Amino acid sequence: MGSNEFLFLLTGLKWTVLLSLVGFVGGGVFGLAIALMRVSGRPLMERITSGYIALFQGTPLLMQLFVVYYGLALVGLKLDAWIAVAIGFTLHASAYLGEIWRGSIEAVPKGQTEAAKALSLNYVSRMRDVILPQAIRISLPATVGFLVQLIKGTSLAAIVGFTELTRAGNIVSNQIFQPLLVFGIVGVLYFLLCWPLSLYGSHLERRMAIAAR
Amino acid sequence: MNQPAVQNPAPAVTMIAMTHVEKWYGEFQALTDINLTVRKGERIVLCGPSGSGKSTLIRCINHLESYQKGEIRVGGTRLGDDAKTIDAVRREVGMVFQHFNLFPHMSVLENCMLAPMRSLGVSKGEAEATARQLLGRVKILEQAEKYPAQLSGGQQQRVAIARALCMKPKVMLFDEPTSALDPEMVKEVLDTMIGLADEGMTMICVTHEMGFARQVANRVIFMASGAIVEEAPPEEFFHNPRHERTRKFLGEILSKH
Repeated sequence: MGSNEFLFLLTGLKWTVLLSLVGFVGGGVFGLAIALMRVSGRPLMERITSGYIALFQGTPLLMQLFVVYYGLALVGLKLDAWIAVAIGFTLHASAYLGEIWRGSIEAVPKGQTEAAKALSLNYVSRMRDVILPQAIRISLPATVGFLVQLIKGTSLAAIVGFTELTRAGNIVSNQIFQPLLVFGIVGVLYFLLCWPLSLYGSHLERRMAIAAR
Repeated sequence: MNQPAVQNPAPAVTMIAMTHVEKWYGEFQALTDINLTVRKGERIVLCGPSGSGKSTLIRCINHLESYQKGEIRVGGTRLGDDAKTIDAVRREVGMVFQHFNLFPHMSVLENCMLAPMRSLGVSKGEAEATARQLLGRVKILEQAEKYPAQLSGGQQQRVAIARALCMKPKVMLFDEPTSALDPEMVKEVLDTMIGLADEGMTMICVTHEMGFARQVANRVIFMASGAIVEEAPPEEFFHNPRHERTRKFLGEILSKH
């Protein structure tokens, strides 16, 4: 394998990272909205968001990407592969992050909300200053864990023609007929991306276990 | 029920007026026909067996609990279900909880500065000056930069009192403020509360500290099964309780001490 092929893999890696970031940021923004709606105490909002979460957790990511890319094209909305995949990952990640963060918000003791209310803090301040900082800390291990899943999940974007790391590996492998070598390198690249995050996640978990003692 | 004679020449300004307040949790009636008037500067102690509705009563005053019937007025404001009156009332009423409920991710000082800055729009410098002054008053200024988890229970509760005072409330509600404390820390919190009472703060305290009630209260109110059973100045309440349930309760609680 020459340096050109390796550079091609690195280009694929770049797209994998970008796709993960888009999924994480988009999923983070929408996920926060979903988590807040889930704990809003308004039955309609809670039912809609819980349905949304059930739908995206209950179906394969691959299918979700298919539907966004090909399904929307069928109804006349032809999206660029990049945009379709970004939408797909945002929807997917927002359902998972929304559920993780809902649990974390509910894990903050009720007395915190009561104290904030008794101090006449309004909803925005209660969430921003009191509840969310504590909830985010609680959610960190699970959030990092999901980010690792998301990075590996981006390989599914290959199916709609998006050239990220896995598809780049596929292309190179078809050119130089050394699948073991190529996918070995692809695997190492994924590992180098995910492993530090996993380590960081378990480090956070240990630290929280100590703090909770 | 007869209004007890007012011991101190308390001003006649009514701070809190509850009239015919009723509350249900589903089928269960938590509060039955509560009528309570608290004048400016009065110190009320609420006692009664667990589940008698004392906490529920004071939590209705700042709308941590809603109620279905009757009327609550705090200052001049009639407490409704709308954010505006609830907010107006909460700005006048400070509350101290059994489990302190300090914000664990903020320093002691930040705990005290948050609400004045966010809900009163006070500047950072002014909020900090007020916070330091009140932390000094509860004798904990040297811990201002620490986090709640680094303090003892008694210290945390004194911070919670200072935090509530930073809002310059007209009324303070205490919901079993010493029940979660180790015995040796009860005194420092009670002393802080006594100091507050001496300065003329209007207070309603849910507590089983009968010594505190004797020393500080203008009136002691005994509740059972969600209703006010007896209401009297401490002398009369402890030495000449009129109701059988009060006598039984006092017998149980005083034999423990």
